[in-house]
Amino acid sequence: MKTFRIIGRNIRDAFKGVFRNFSLSLASISCITITLIVVAVSIILSYNVDNFTKLVEKDVTIVAFLDNELKDEQIDEIKDKISLINNVEKYEFESKNDITQDMMDSSEVFESIMKNWSEEENPIQNTFQVKVKDIEHIDSVAKEIKQIDGITLVKYGEGMVEQLVSVFDIVHKICIVSVVALILVTAFLISNTIKITIASRQREIGIMRLIGASNLNIRIPFIIEGLLLGALGSIIPIIATIYGYSTLYSNFNGQLFSPFIKLIPPTPFIYTTSLILLGIGIIVGMFGSWRAVRKHLKI
Amino acid sequence: MELIRLVNVKKTYKTGVTAIQGLNLSINKGEFVFIIGSTGCGKSTLIKMLYREEKPTAGQIIVGGIDVGKLRNGKVYKIRRKIGVVFQDYKLLPKSTVYENVAFALEIFGIPKDEIHAKVIKVLELVGLKHKIKSYPAQLSGGEQQRVAIARAIVNGPKLLICDEPTGNLDPKTSMEIMTVLEEINKLGTTIIMVTHSIDIVKEMNKRVIVLDSGRVLKDYEKGTYR
Ligand SMILES: Nc1ncnc2c1ncn2[C@@H]1O[C@H](COP(=O)(O)OP(=O)(O)OP(=O)(O)O)[C@@H](O)[C@H]1O
Ligand SMILES: [Mg+2]
Repeated sequence: MKTFRIIGRNIRDAFKGVFRNFSLSLASISCITITLIVVAVSIILSYNVDNFTKLVEKDVTIVAFLDNELKDEQIDEIKDKISLINNVEKYEFESKNDITQDMMDSSEVFESIMKNWSEEENPIQNTFQVKVKDIEHIDSVAKEIKQIDGITLVKYGEGMVEQLVSVFDIVHKICIVSVVALILVTAFLISNTIKITIASRQREIGIMRLIGASNLNIRIPFIIEGLLLGALGSIIPIIATIYGYSTLYSNFNGQLFSPFIKLIPPTPFIYTTSLILLGIGIIVGMFGSWRAVRKHLKI
Repeated sequence: MELIRLVNVKKTYKTGVTAIQGLNLSINKGEFVFIIGSTGCGKSTLIKMLYREEKPTAGQIIVGGIDVGKLRNGKVYKIRRKIGVVFQDYKLLPKSTVYENVAFALEIFGIPKDEIHAKVIKVLELVGLKHKIKSYPAQLSGGEQQRVAIARAIVNGPKLLICDEPTGNLDPKTSMEIMTVLEEINKLGTTIIMVTHSIDIVKEMNKRVIVLDSGRVLKDYEKGTYR
């Protein structure tokens, strides 16, 4: 009961504090707002890029075309050789007939042309579809497959895939580094802003201490004030995230450039992001004021 | 029973001024003690060291069994909560009303609101300021501010009340009213140490009187012996 009363009074004091030094509070809030917007953009970018990478990696397949003259035992031999290659996740044999059938099923035009082909006329080849574990080294896998006797051609999204993945990787890393840097800078700025607030109340803190307020008595209102500043500062970034990302998503129909690159669906993504923003705002605000009060608790 | 003991206390400020030197003193529970002496003789410095606003440069200060000089910053509040202080410069919170100023000393203990209200009103009535509870310190006269400071110092019934010229800004009539209040509090068991320049009050009250001179005890008059 006693603790509740003390906390209640502290929350009241914190609210008073925010409004008493409104211009300074506004400076802190704006500072948190700007940081959190950048953090929000980074989070959205970073998670989407991460998502793209996974999608791309899942989709990329090496297709190895086989000489149609090969006998079944030779095909089995090739299969064994592919299975021995490092970095191969899985492989699948697709016969010439299966592929022909699939293509005929998929379009009437194909069907009308292909149904008249005889076995000899059919240019389609038996293939192995190979998926790799590590997309960055897909080219060496492709080379090894090509050297196997009986393989006539090896195809995959040469170059473009690795480039895309490495660009994604760089964007991802830049995002993480900039978020961490920004959070540190903001904590420092908040700490400084609250220091000014506190300096203007130095006399007050001195008096409070002289009449028997404990360090916690003095610190808690400022820490709640920091928490409040952080929470207030996260309002605009949260709204921007929720509306901005939803709008972006629906405008692009959930995909970027090609159906291949899908955006992360807004729910629950925007809500988790909002929670992260609120959390960062609150922690940064509280940490900033904790630091700022410290030096005023002597005498 | 001894409440305060000072042994060979010395205080030299950073500026090099020695305000207290070789001071020995013992004050018992329940005593009413006046500290007098010319300006700059170290009266304020002496009492500031009792609640650790200032630290002694040398010597030992024991208040209520606690070695005040050795108290860590984070723990000082424990002793301050047992001592009521009327500061020479009042030290009121400028942005808080009279009521809030007095209530604050109770709020830090987490006392219920209505209990705080009752106590604050009672003590403001005692010092004759009940009609000014909504005023801010800047809207009060010096004497009124002084009475707020007294109200705040006594509101939580401290074991020890330290007053640095609590009547410095009051007319003789109000001064004697305040002295009556202090005397009553003293009778209820609170030890009182009061710094004053008013010889009239000292003579009127007939209490123990300690005379300081250049940071030393010049004379220590037993109760009723100061003329
Ligand atoms: N914070 C301080 N820093 C440096 N010197 C100080 C400080 N406070 C007091 N002094 C010096 O210490 C000496 C004693 O001061 P103190 O305030 O204790 O005197 P006092 O007896 O209370 O005087 P008064 O009757 O005028 O209030 C004075 O010479 C004063 O200038
Ligand atoms: Mg003085």
